[in-house]
Amino acid sequence: MAVNTEPNLNHLAIQTEALSRIYKIRGAKKGELRERVALEEVNLSVPRGELFGLLGPNGAGKTTLIKILTTLLSPTRGRAWVAGFDVVRESEKVRPRINMVSGGETSGYGLLTVRENLWMFAQFYGIPSRQAHQRIQTLLEMIGLADRANTKSSDLSTGLRQKMNIVRGFMTDPEVLFLDEPTLGLDVQAAREVRAFIRRWMDENPNRTILLTTHYMQEAEELCDRVAIIHEGRILACDTPTHLKQATQHEAIFQLWVDPEQALNPLALENLPGVLRLHHQWMNGGLQIEISLAEEGVLPLVIGELERQRAHLRSLQKRQPSLEDVFVQLVGLRMEEVEREHSNGYHPDPQE
Amino acid sequence: MLRSPAIRSFRMAAWLGWQIESNWTDPFLFAIYSIIKPLAAAGILVIMYRVVTQQAFDTPVFAYLYLGNAFYQYVSAVTTGVSWAVIDDREHYRTLKYIYVAPLNIPLYLFGRGVARFLTTTFAVLIIILFGVGYLKMPLALNTIQWPLLIVSLVLGTLMLGLVGLILAGITLLTARHSYYIGDAVAGALFLFTGAIFPLDVLPSYLRPVGYALPITYWLELMRRALVGRVAQAFPTFSTLSDGQLLALLAVMTLALGIISLVVFRWCERLARERGLIDYTSNY
Repeated sequence: MAVNTEPNLNHLAIQTEALSRIYKIRGAKKGELRERVALEEVNLSVPRGELFGLLGPNGAGKTTLIKILTTLLSPTRGRAWVAGFDVVRESEKVRPRINMVSGGETSGYGLLTVRENLWMFAQFYGIPSRQAHQRIQTLLEMIGLADRANTKSSDLSTGLRQKMNIVRGFMTDPEVLFLDEPTLGLDVQAAREVRAFIRRWMDENPNRTILLTTHYMQEAEELCDRVAIIHEGRILACDTPTHLKQATQHEAIFQLWVDPEQALNPLALENLPGVLRLHHQWMNGGLQIEISLAEEGVLPLVIGELERQRAHLRSLQKRQPSLEDVFVQLVGLRMEEVEREHSNGYHPDPQE
Repeated sequence: MLRSPAIRSFRMAAWLGWQIESNWTDPFLFAIYSIIKPLAAAGILVIMYRVVTQQAFDTPVFAYLYLGNAFYQYVSAVTTGVSWAVIDDREHYRTLKYIYVAPLNIPLYLFGRGVARFLTTTFAVLIIILFGVGYLKMPLALNTIQWPLLIVSLVLGTLMLGLVGLILAGITLLTARHSYYIGDAVAGALFLFTGAIFPLDVLPSYLRPVGYALPITYWLELMRRALVGRVAQAFPTFSTLSDGQLLALLAVMTLALGIISLVVFRWCERLARERGLIDYTSNY
């Protein structure tokens, strides 16, 4: 008797099983091939109706995962299903059910107007012309682009072009929508509008699913029902933002602003018993120190050490843990530090 | 959902291709360019013919090479039109990944993108032929044209060239931006082997098989026969074959090419997916 090995996917919008992707990259020497692991044994289950976030620095593997799930890239190992269909074996069934938007790029046919670009993509998905025009108008109004509908897309700013692409992704009303850094490169106001638009779209229909990648903590915290933290191709944690933060709740996190009379020795602070992590930066003429302690009782030791180093305390504030703290706890570095290392070091795939 | 993916892929790609092809300048300049470019291309051949042969333009030889050269424009236009869409969408408009994510039939999408080039080339070929008949007195009469043969051959030939374009599109998926020239390069390389401007018998015997193996050779012969009938059939290469036999050969070769091109294209697509090249931008 044949045994069905397919997982039960009825309630899942996305599932991956030990999904891995290894890029083969040409080295500097002739014929040299190197391997770079972009995804390693990724297991994810995203139920229908969820806004799921993938949070990680640039180069973590977020885009690679989206490319595999949208059938653009083959996995090296493992399997993935979207809307109940295998992305490799049943890609023809996956595509009518999905759409994708990538941030930080200026894709689109510049010689067509915004409306023409969107209408054409609606036709690609077989949406009747009249219905397409209605949807386009509604979505353009929602995202604040209606007044530019008849402008050639080459004449739009990067931010407005990004908004056009967001409408392109949403207008087909996909079962599963993939948003790859949707607010990348947008100004604060535009990013806020886009986030509000995403949330409203999800609230309209409980069956819609979004997988959103971001390296903005606030975006993940504000939008996502659940968040997976990804680093170097591996999922390090996956839960609701609240639960993830609760995992670091036992730590006491303080922000201190000090005026040092002489150069501060942060190592002496870090070596104090009960100090877990420390991050400091100059800000507005003073030194801002963010410090994670095993318990609040360690704080007097810290203040004493600061006084010993003749750094005068200006203010002190206890703060709730954020996803940034979760990331730091898991990786040992802040996300910006990881990205800085990544940009300084070897990263052969410029698109990841 | 409206229409099958195949129909909407072809129809919308043809619309897009026409917008891209015709909107790069204002309509007046576009019309002038569309007339001058083919006439200039034909003019070079006319001058070379005159200088080299010192013969008149109303001879069978001139009709042979003039028509062969005119229709050969389709080879570069259609193959480039189909394959160039990959580069255009991937490198220039950065939309290829969205095309690939959409529920489209990609080969038919690419064929659709080639339609605009086919139409502008048809206009160019018409201009060239009108110039040849009206000004150079090439021996061609409307009442002797075999219209059914012309239409069937044109349709079959265009399909055949589209399939060659599909193979090139597959190769383009795996290569960098300089494959922009791949259609022109292939057209240029095959020019001498297809009997476009002289019969295959002129070639050394060891090179002739190349010409016989190419469906373009049979297609060009059919187009000439449809327009100037016996004048074309008098040339030695295919004089023993009837129009029907030539057409059957072209049909069989197109069918074989259809199978080969789809297999090659799917293979290239699979490799492109494995290597992550579908949305790769080389930034050359």
